[in-house]
Amino acid sequence: MADTTLTHTGQAQPRPAGLQGVAADWSSDQRAFKNVSWGKAMMWIFLLSDTFIFGCFLLSYMTARMSTRVPWPNPSEVFSLHIGGSDIPLILIAIMTFVLISSSGTMAMAVNFGYRHDRRKTAILMLLTAALGATFVGMQAFEWTKLITEGVRPWGNPWGAAQFGSSFFMITGFHGTHVTFGVIFLIIVARKVWRGDYDTGRPGFFTSRRGRYENVEIMGLYWHFVDLVWVFIFAFFYLW
Amino acid sequence: MAEATANGLGQHTLHGAQAHDATATGIAPAEVHQEHPIKLYLVVWAWLFILSACSYMVDYLGLHGYLRWSLILIFMMLKAGLIVAVFMHMAWERLALTYAIILPPILVLVFVAMMVFESDYTLLTRTVFFGAEP
Repeated sequence: MADTTLTHTGQAQPRPAGLQGVAADWSSDQRAFKNVSWGKAMMWIFLLSDTFIFGCFLLSYMTARMSTRVPWPNPSEVFSLHIGGSDIPLILIAIMTFVLISSSGTMAMAVNFGYRHDRRKTAILMLLTAALGATFVGMQAFEWTKLITEGVRPWGNPWGAAQFGSSFFMITGFHGTHVTFGVIFLIIVARKVWRGDYDTGRPGFFTSRRGRYENVEIMGLYWHFVDLVWVFIFAFFYLW
Repeated sequence: MAEATANGLGQHTLHGAQAHDATATGIAPAEVHQEHPIKLYLVVWAWLFILSACSYMVDYLGLHGYLRWSLILIFMMLKAGLIVAVFMHMAWERLALTYAIILPPILVLVFVAMMVFESDYTLLTRTVFFGAEP
């Protein structure tokens, strides 16, 4: 059970909650993450390392932006689109944000149906998530193309501080790569779900033990993280 | 967090094969299913939409200064909190994992403060040696 722990003689002991529980879980020659499987714990630790990578990107961008004496281009104008005779600020980024949030919603529901062993719904929701992710990447490709034709380069741009280009390509490029890997990862896991690999315990990459749909949740953690990073990029890069 | 589990928000352990393994090896890899009502996800999803629309409106309405910054940061933290707590199920995990994952990124704020001082100094030296804006 989740709320008990076994002693070396095999007796069940209740687990303390709160801060005492944290101390007990982390102390004295035990595994720290009691009710979390290795797969999930390792995904969380991987995501923590990824947090530092994106944290360093945003930090270096902040440092570059704050230390330049040349004016920073106004993202609100740079990322506006000319629709219906007027320039709408940041509209493309807003649509991209809604697409990515929608994909997070479908992923959360896929995890839910996974635990209910509803293979069809899980696979369909995961493929829908992948489609939304691919849409996001497609829109990003459009955004990059537009800026490159306008003359933005990693070493300069027509509107001001040269560091704008390098920060933009570095941060959105790395995020887009994460989304792309996520789409591939989603399709691989969706195929396994559809085929029933988690029911039959068919051996293979990320298949694991029989009847164990936790891998869908682990995959979901990665996907939600990609969405989470976008929340910070949206706030710091596009709205600053 | 323990209360959420006790409330029976749909969380339950898997018995059978894993439980058998546990007694054989002496450790308990008790697998917890993060299964919660679909309605909860839909509500969070709707809130993420609303908060995103709000942060977009901050830019669209052209708000400036501290008002703009505080609104952007509030909407950002609310969105991030909802995603981590509900979509990534952190609200139902044991505190040992929550602290292990949430505390290190918070410490990055120290790094942020250091780089703010650093960039202010760089800007100062640049202005002194190259003059003000070109």
